[in-house]
Amino acid sequence: MTALLPRRGLAQILALIVILAVDRVVSPQFFDLRLQDGRLFGSLIDVLNRGTPVALLSLGMVLVIATRGIDLSVGAVMAIAGAIAASLADTHSLAVVLAAALGAGLICGLWNGFLVAVLGMQPIVATLILMVAGRGIAQLITEGRIVTFSSPGLVWLGNGAILGVPVPVAIALGMLILTGAVVRGSALGLLIEATGGNARASELAGVGTRAMILSVYVWCGVCAALAGVIAAADIMGADANNAGLWLELDAILAVVIGGTSLFGGRFSLVLAVLGALIIQTMNTGILLSGYPPEFNLLVKAVVVLTVLLLQSPKLTGFAGIAARLRRTKA
Amino acid sequence: MILKALFAASATAALLLALPANAAELTIGFSQIGSESGWRAAETSVSKQEASKRKVNLKIADAQQKQENQIKAIRSFIAQNVDAIFLAPVVSTGWDSVLKEAKEAKIPVVLLDRDIDPSGKELYLTAVTSDSVHEGEVAGDWLAKTVGSKPCNIAELQGTVGASVATNRKKGFDTAIAKHANLKVVRSQTGDFTRAKGKEVMESFIKAEGGGKNLCAVYAHNDDMMVGAIQAMKEAGLKPGKDILTVSIDAVPDIFKAMVAGEANATVELTPNMAGPALDAVAAFKDKGTVPPKWIQTESKLYTAADDPQKIYDSKKGLGY
Repeated sequence: MTALLPRRGLAQILALIVILAVDRVVSPQFFDLRLQDGRLFGSLIDVLNRGTPVALLSLGMVLVIATRGIDLSVGAVMAIAGAIAASLADTHSLAVVLAAALGAGLICGLWNGFLVAVLGMQPIVATLILMVAGRGIAQLITEGRIVTFSSPGLVWLGNGAILGVPVPVAIALGMLILTGAVVRGSALGLLIEATGGNARASELAGVGTRAMILSVYVWCGVCAALAGVIAAADIMGADANNAGLWLELDAILAVVIGGTSLFGGRFSLVLAVLGALIIQTMNTGILLSGYPPEFNLLVKAVVVLTVLLLQSPKLTGFAGIAARLRRTKA
Repeated sequence: MILKALFAASATAALLLALPANAAELTIGFSQIGSESGWRAAETSVSKQEASKRKVNLKIADAQQKQENQIKAIRSFIAQNVDAIFLAPVVSTGWDSVLKEAKEAKIPVVLLDRDIDPSGKELYLTAVTSDSVHEGEVAGDWLAKTVGSKPCNIAELQGTVGASVATNRKKGFDTAIAKHANLKVVRSQTGDFTRAKGKEVMESFIKAEGGGKNLCAVYAHNDDMMVGAIQAMKEAGLKPGKDILTVSIDAVPDIFKAMVAGEANATVELTPNMAGPALDAVAAFKDKGTVPPKWIQTESKLYTAADDPQKIYDSKKGLGY
C-alpha cells in the first residue's frame, strides 16, 4: 500500500491544492456541482473528464519510463485507434469496435516493444518511427477527413454517465485500479523497477528483462488506444490530424510531475495520474480565467517549473540548509 | 512479360503526348499542396470539376506539403510546355527562381488560395484568394443584423494563436461589431481550429458565464470548433441556435447537418472553388490578352437555415471534406 501512496506524493498533492485554490479565485463557481441530464456538471467534472486521455496515457507511460524507456508514439496510437473505432462504429457492434481499436493499440505496442526489447533500439528513436508513421496510418484510414458516427454505444463511452460520473472518468479510474492491482499486487512492479534500475544486473539475477520491456510497451499501446477511443467518442468523430496531437508530451510531463525519474527505476501510478490532473486543473483554470490565449503556454510553463522545482532534491536540500543556518544563528 | 507491358505502356504514353492538342483545349498544370485538410481535398475535387466543365485538361501534382516537390512539379510542367500553371503555395517565400523560369518560358502562373511574398509580384499573373478579414466582417454583420438593438454578449473561439487566418478573422469580426455598442465579446480563447478543443473551451465558457445564461452568441473562426461547441452547449442543457446563436466560417458539410437540426444559425463560406475564377482569368488572357487584376477575391457567401441546408449538405458531402 505504501507503494501506491508514498510519502513523496506530498509535493504533488500540495501543488494540486494550490492550483485548485487559484482556480477558485479566478472563477468563483469552480466547485459548483449540479446534475444535468443525469450527469454531474461543473468545472471540477470538466477537469476529470478532460484529464482522462492524458491520465490513461500516463498509466502506460509511467511503466515504460520505469524501465528507462519512453514512448513518443502514444498520440499517434490514439489517432489510429480513434480512426478505426469511428470507421467501424456505425456498421459493427460495440464489442467488435472496441476489440479492433484496442487490438490495433496492442499491435502498435508490440511493434514498439519489439524494436526496443528485441532489436535493442533506443526507445526514443524506436517510438519516434511510429509517432511519425502512425498519424499517417490514421489519415489513411480516415482518408484525411473527420469521420463522424452516431452509434449510441460508442457515443455513451464518451458522453454517458454511471451514477452521475462521466463514463471516461469511470474508465480511467477502473484502469488505474486494474493496472495497480496487476503491477503492485504481484512482483511485476518490482521487476519493472529492477529492469529500469539496472537491466544487466536484473538480467543476471534472473529477471526476464526482455519480456518486461515488451509487456510495458504493449500495455502503453493499449492504454493509448483506449484514450483514443474515448477522445473520438467525446466529439463523435475521428480527427486523424489532431487527435492526440502532442499529448505524448503531456503524458511524459504527467509522469515527471508525478515524481518518476526519466532514468527509470521507482515509479508511482497514482502520482502519474495526479500529475495528469495537475496539468488539466491548470488548463481548465486558464480557460476559465479569461486571459488572452497568448498567455496560455507561458502560464503553463511557469506552473510546471514551480511544481518541478518543489520536487528538486537540490532545491529542497538548500531549503533544509537555510533552515538549519537560521536555527544555529538563533 | 513485364518488359513487354512496360514497353506497351510507354508507347501508348508517347502516342498520347504526340497527339496534337485541340486548338481550343488548354492544358494546365496544378501544383497542389497536398491533402492536409478536408477543405484541401474539396478544393482538389472542385478544381477537377471546374476544369472538366470548361474542357480544360488539368494535371494535378500533389506536393505532400513540401515546397521542393512543388518546385519539381512546376519545372516538369514547364518542360511539358503547359498553357498555364496553377500554384497553391505551401509557403510564401522561395519561389522567385522557379517562377522566373516559368516567366521565361512565357507560361502564366496563377496562385490559388494563398499569396506569396511581395517581392515576387511581377512573377505571376494573378492570385485567386479569399479575404479572411472580410470573412470575419460578414460573420459580424450577420450577427449585428440578427441581434438588432438587444444587448448581446459574445463568446469567441479563436483559431490557432499566430495563424494569419485566425488573426484576420478576429480582426474582421471586431471591426464589424465595433459599430454596434450592444455587441460585446466577453470571452475569447483559442480552440486550435479543432472539434475537441472547441468543445473543451466552450465547456469552460459556459461555466464562467453563469451556465451560459450570460451568453447570446458564439463566434468560431471555423466550423469544426463550432461543431464541438454545439455539443458542449447541448450537454449543458442549452439549445444551440436558439438559446445561443452561432456563427462560424468555412461552410464544411457537418455545419449544414447542424443547421438542418436547428442547432447552428450561420456560416460564411470559404469557397473551395478557387480554380473556377482562375480558369476564367487564364482563358480570357489566352484568348483576348486581357490582363486580370493582381488579386481576384473569391466570394465569402453567407449561409443560414433559410438556404436549404439539407441540399447544400448533399452537394458538399461528396467533395472530400
